[in-house]
Formats: sequence, structure tokens, C-alpha cells
Amino acid sequence: MKIKFTVNGKKVVVDCEPSKTLLKVLREDLFLTGTKEGCGKGECGACTVIMDAMAVNSCIIPIGQVAGKSLNTIEGLSKSGELHPLQKAFIEEGAVQCGFCIPGMILSAKALLDINKNPSTNDIKVALSGNLCRCTGYTKIIEAVKKSAIMMRAQR
Amino acid sequence: MDTVGKSVKRKDALDKVTGRAKFIDDYTRVDMLFGATVRSPEPYIKILSIDTKNVEKIKGVIGVYTAKDIPGKNIVPLVLPDYPFLAEKVAKFAGQAIALVVAETEEIARTATKLVKINFKKLAPVFDPLESLKNSAPKIYGDDNIFKRFIIKKGDAADAFKNCDVVVKKTYTTNYQVHSYLETQGMLAELTDNGISVYGTMQCPFYVLNAVCDILGFTKNNVKIVQTTTGGGFGGKEDVPSIVAGHAALLAYKTRRPVKIIYNREEDFVSMSKRHPGHIEIKYGAKKNGKITACNVRYILDGGAFATLSTIVLWRGTIHAAGPYEIPNVSIEAIAVATNKVPCGAFRGFGQPQVAFANESLIDELAEKLGMEPLELRLKNALKPGSSTSTYQKLSSSCGLVETMKKATNSIGWKNRKRVTVGVLRRGFGMASGFYGVCLGAAGKFLAKAGAHVQIQQDGSIIIAIGNTDMGQGARTILSQIAAEGIGAPYEMADIVEVDTSRVPDSGPTVASRTTVMSGNAILNATKHIRQKIDKVVCEILGEKSSAKVTTKCGYYHMGDKKISYFDAINECYKRRENLTYDGWWKEEGTTFDNDTGLGDAYIVYTFSTVAAEVEVNIETGQVNILKIASAHDIGRAINPQLAEGQIQGGALQGIGYGIFENLILKDGKILNPNFSGYLIPTSMDIPEFIKPIIVEKKFTDGPFGAKGLGEPPLICVAPAIINAIYNATGVRIRALPAIPERILAESSAL
Repeated sequence: MKIKFTVNGKKVVVDCEPSKTLLKVLREDLFLTGTKEGCGKGECGACTVIMDAMAVNSCIIPIGQVAGKSLNTIEGLSKSGELHPLQKAFIEEGAVQCGFCIPGMILSAKALLDINKNPSTNDIKVALSGNLCRCTGYTKIIEAVKKSAIMMRAQR
Repeated sequence: MDTVGKSVKRKDALDKVTGRAKFIDDYTRVDMLFGATVRSPEPYIKILSIDTKNVEKIKGVIGVYTAKDIPGKNIVPLVLPDYPFLAEKVAKFAGQAIALVVAETEEIARTATKLVKINFKKLAPVFDPLESLKNSAPKIYGDDNIFKRFIIKKGDAADAFKNCDVVVKKTYTTNYQVHSYLETQGMLAELTDNGISVYGTMQCPFYVLNAVCDILGFTKNNVKIVQTTTGGGFGGKEDVPSIVAGHAALLAYKTRRPVKIIYNREEDFVSMSKRHPGHIEIKYGAKKNGKITACNVRYILDGGAFATLSTIVLWRGTIHAAGPYEIPNVSIEAIAVATNKVPCGAFRGFGQPQVAFANESLIDELAEKLGMEPLELRLKNALKPGSSTSTYQKLSSSCGLVETMKKATNSIGWKNRKRVTVGVLRRGFGMASGFYGVCLGAAGKFLAKAGAHVQIQQDGSIIIAIGNTDMGQGARTILSQIAAEGIGAPYEMADIVEVDTSRVPDSGPTVASRTTVMSGNAILNATKHIRQKIDKVVCEILGEKSSAKVTTKCGYYHMGDKKISYFDAINECYKRRENLTYDGWWKEEGTTFDNDTGLGDAYIVYTFSTVAAEVEVNIETGQVNILKIASAHDIGRAINPQLAEGQIQGGALQGIGYGIFENLILKDGKILNPNFSGYLIPTSMDIPEFIKPIIVEKKFTDGPFGAKGLGEPPLICVAPAIINAIYNATGVRIRALPAIPERILAESSAL
């Protein structure tokens, strides 16, 4: 079955079973392997992408539900070679260790910053609470999100 | 120093924040097949037959393979030769690999595993390690179910206890801990014109090399193991990757096509090695003035069905079992026991977190009985420079335990601390200290070496080939910093090549918080020789006497007031055809520990740590909220303070998980919660409001720029500090980890 949707501003059509997960479609059909599978059950957040402004676990979304939607994945975050403030802040704050959770973490943070320009520490903790990280202890990740919020406000 | 001691940016961060970093599941091949594993459904069975007929008929299934298809040896090469790649006559734990299915897609392979019929007879299992030690227990390993036993006898503990004013004796137990790295186990194997290559997520490529050679019967020059970007290890990718790689290699060998195996989260939970549950009976005896004069420990580790790394996990636990204190009389007996459960192996701390929980809880119980303040009691007995450990190892000047105790407690306001009661909430403070033998020590001395191939290209870029790996901890960055500093080059010019066993020196495993010291020293050995060549040329260009000293600063070589840039100097070396390549090497020397007496120098150096915590306990729900954690570590020298802080913060949260959340539940040998909805690890909602990493730098003279190791210590003292704080807050003494709300409520109602 053919399913149309938008990924990182580009229209795409995939031909697959409607029950195939969005995660598998991204990775196997569109070769967007920046989105990771950590558990396959919507428990860890490694597969987080943004679908119509909402951070979602792509491993539990059948592709049939994605028809007509607009997606953002980690590959679409930097624009014409310029890193997104979140990406810059994650590097500068030392928020990255093994990196497996990072694409999902950054997209959850982006979904937050897109609707909340000045989030509190608690807002950030809540927004990231579905994204497990086993390396960093989250502290530097939260600092990075705060820093990128400042960078984004300064840009406007 | 231009680079060392600076928080330079990680080498791998850009690729990781853009999604470009390639983990093993991100690789594919056009003709690639997928492998999946058929596992034992029961904890202890005799395999009567394996029926694969129905499976081979399924469209898309290429083959099903069992032990009889292995061309080489069916033993995973770890410490003891007991763990088969695929079970033959018996399977000893629920989840043990029995057969492999290979198919055109992952889905077909996984579905097909369910149709492989294993005809078996159940055998009588043993699950409890204390039961397993009894004569009446079924014998599942050797004739006594004991993987290993160690004894330490320093002085005469039995006699010393008689002369103590105060004696405390308690038993503590700990549960499993699951690594829960975000990237599950996975490998991709493909045949090449001279053998086979295996790519995947791993800590120890040379262990994997041994495994692939053994299962296929290949020689090492025909096998190449490449570590791909690794999504967390924590010890969980020390032993298990050898099994996964062996399986993938077998399937590629049989099918003549590339084969990928990626574990799903559930099979990762049920099959991969865990932190050992521990049973610790411990006794301290002290004089009225607080001087501890005797210690007795009986330490039992539940090893699970196969030995994997149990023997050396046990050894590390034994060496550290009496705690970070100078005690003249110590008697320790430690035993790793076989049971019909998932095997246990390496996990950050490696046999120490279990005993640290026991000795750091007991010292608080001793302080109370003595009527002494817990910090004061610890300071009085703490290991100091010149102190003698449980094995009669005399400590060097690189011993900052006392400083860690003072700094950690100060930073959470220990001196003026008050227990606070607000409604159902109780607040209290606790602390715990520890030491950690850096590198492999005497038990691993045959692997205690590291090499580094360092080569400067004409453009000034530096190629560094080492045998240790970056699994997320930051080795690539730290070791590039060490190389750049050694050469006098800008940090940006140094980088580590992909770890490929055919191109990098075997440097032993990436474990034991050893990489900074081992690979760092091997790199410095290489840069020292290369610098001799560069310095000679610099001397000639600058027209100085060859005896004068060349110094480096900000990308320049200096002699007196003359200087030349790094790039010009390298270019000049090339013009003069100087060899700017060297193979550095470093070995651990000087460990004298003797297994028979249990005495001698066990490790080359120790890292010292203290964690102080403030917690809030809800006495109605039993829930614990960690308010403050200060975590201080004497690591000799922080090569990169930001990365060091990251290790300390990450270790603190894993320690919080170990202390109060992470509760793997087994019933009749089977794991009931093999997922993140049943096995809870800390989330962003669980971090303390205040978390303070503190670095103490007591230089280690044999370390690179004075550095010791840091990877593991940040986890070790966290759980006991929290447990002591819970006691301080509520009067409830938890002697079994984890301190989940149910346990706290049960203990509190028993008061």
C-alpha cells in the first residue's frame, strides 16, 4: 500500500504494509538511520521523532497512521550546514556520551522548545522523561537544553 | 599544558548529535541475512532432540544450525571453559542459546525461532546460591558448584575480635543489576577473500577475535574484528559480544552471505550477563576510641549458569571487601557459586558495589554502636598515604581518600545537617566511601599491557591506533588529548582510528577503568620517541645546541626565545625523511599478589571516592527522593574535567538506580520483567536537585600526566550513601538492595 507523508520538509511516498512501524520505514525504506531502536515497545524514547509538532515514539506507530503527516527526524535538524542550537549546545555542554539516545533526546527537547521558549528545569525534565539515557545522568543534557533555549531566544 | 586538563569538545559529539554516527544496526549489505536465536525455555533441561524440519520449509528461511554445525570449538573463550556457544546435551538457564535460525528478513528469522521444536526432559535445578553450596544440591558445575574461592588472611582476625570493645556483625544482600545500555547487543559478519570480518558493538575486540577464531577454527590473521560506534557498555559488552559475534560468524560461514544479528530488548534482558546478586556476612570489631582492629567477611556471589567473568569479579570484590580502611587483622572468604539462572559477569564496579554496600552500611552501624559520628569514624580509619590494605599493599602518595571525605560532606552541608520532619516526609543524610584498584591488577596480569601505534602525517594530523575502545565514556577524546599534548600538536590534529584487530595492537580488554592509564601510557611512550626526532630537527632549524630543551606551547616548539610552528616543524621532518611513526607499549608492573596467601600488591594504584547524600523519605508510601548528591573522587589528574564530570554524574544516577529502583524479578529461574516498563531505570524525573561532582587530584606518578582511572568508581558508593541517609531520616535500616518502597514500608512496620 502506498503511503504519502512529509519528512524534513520533503514529500515522500513509501510502498509497504500499513502495519510496518514508522521506525522501520524511516530506517529501512528511507535510510534515515539516525532514529534508533532501543526497545521496540515505546519504553525508552530512542526512536523519538516529531510528528505534526508532537514528539512520538516511532517504534509503536504503524505507518498507516502517518499518511498526510509531517515529520522531523534528526537528519533534518541542521539547516544548510548550520547546526540547530540544540545540537550546538549538546556538544558544548558535554551532554553526549555513547550517543544512542541523543537523536531522540534532541527531538523531544525540540518539541518542547518549539512551544515553550523559556522552559523551567521541571518543564525540561518532564519533556525528556520518556527518553532514557544510561550514560550521562541527564544533568548535562538538561543544561544543554537550557542553553539552547537561551541561544534560540537570542536568535529571534 | 595546552590540551590536558582542558574540557575540549568530544571527537564523536558532532556525528552523534546529527544522527550520522553509525551503530551496528545502521549497517547493511545488499545480500545480507538476519540471524535469530532459539533459546532454552526452561532453566535446566536435558536436550533430547531438536526438530528443525518444519522451519526449514518456511519461505525465506535459509537454515537452522545447532552445536553439531560448529566447525571449531563449542566453548566461548572466557576465563573457564564451561560456556558453549550453543547448548549441546543440556541447557543450564532459561534463555541459553540452543540453535540459530538465519533468514531473508529479521521478522522471518524471529518467527521461525518459535517453530524450532526442542524435545527435552526437565532436570532438577538450583536457584539459590546458598542452597547450591550445600552437599544435597544438584551438581551443575564440577563437584561442588563453586566457580572460584578466594581467601585473604591478614594478621589474626579471630584473635583480634576477642580484644575488641565493640563488635558489629550483619548480613547484607543485593539483587541483580541490568546494564540497560541503550543499544542492545548486535553483530554483522561477512566472509572476505582471506577469512571473515565481524563488525559490532563491543568493549573488547580481542576477546571477540578469540571467540570467532575458536568457533570457526580460523587463525587470527584470517579474522578481523571491527568495533562500531558502541551505544554504552558498562561491562555488559565485555563477555556477551563474544557469543553474539560467534553466532553471526557461524551463520555467515554456513550461508556464505553477510549475516546480522541484533538482539531485541527482551532477549538482551534474558540472555546477557548481569551484575551478580551478592550475599555478604560482615563483621567489624573496634576499640572504644573507634579504631577498627578486625574485620571478617564472607562474600557469596550468585554466578548463574556459567562462569563468564565470575572468577575475576569475585577477586576484585575480595580485595576491596574490608572497605577503604586500614585494618590490621582481616579475614575474608569469597565464593562464586553456580545456579540455574542467567549468567552474571562484568558491570561497572565489578564485584565491588555489593561489598561496598555491606561495609559502608556496617561502618555506620558501628559508628552508632560506638556513639561516634560516621564521618569521624571513617576519617579515623581511612586509608592514607603509607597505609597498608587488606593484602599488605602499602599505599603510595596518590591517596586522597580523606580529601574526598571532607569535600563531599562539606558540599552538602554535613556539619550543620539536621534531620527534618515535615508531615509524612523525613529528611536525612548519609555518606559512603570506597577505593577502587585501577587496571586489571595481579589477577589479570597476563592481559595487563597496551600498545599504541602513533604516526604523524605530513599535514600534521596524527593517526593513533590503539586496542582499547570508546563505548561512550570518551576514550577517543581523552587519548587524543594525551597524544596531542605528548607531541605538542593542536588537539584537533589528533584522532583515534577505528578499532580493527588486524590493524591495532592487542591491548587487553577495555575494562577495569584502565584505558586512560594503559593506552594513555602506551601513547606517551610512542610520542616520547617521536618527539626525539622532532626535537632534533627543531634544534637544528632554530640553531640551538642539541642539549637544550624543546618546550611546546599553543602549537609551537620553543627553545629559549626562538620558536617554530608545529606544522612547519613536521613539514621539515618530512623533508629530512625522519620517521615520525612509533609503536608505543606499556605494561602494568609490580603487582605481587599471591593467590595462595591472599597477600601482596594487588593493583598498581587505587582511585578513592566518597559520596554524600541527602534524601527525603515518605514514610507513608516508602518512596525515596534523593535531594542532594556530592560525589568526590581522587583520580590523580582529570585529563578532561567536563568528561570526568559526565562520568561522575552518570555513575551517580546508575548508583541511584542500583540503590532504590532497579529490581529484576526472577521466579523459578525465569526473568519476569525483561523490559523497561517492569525493570525501572532512572529517568530525568529522578535526578537530585543538587548533584555535585568533585575532582581531587593526587598525582599518580606512573599515570599519564598523573591520571588514574574513573570509569567505575562513581557508581560504587552511591547506594550505601543513600541507604545510610534513609536510616538517618527514618531509623529504618535496609540491608537488602534495592530499597524499593515496599521494602522500606515492610522494614518500617517491623520496627
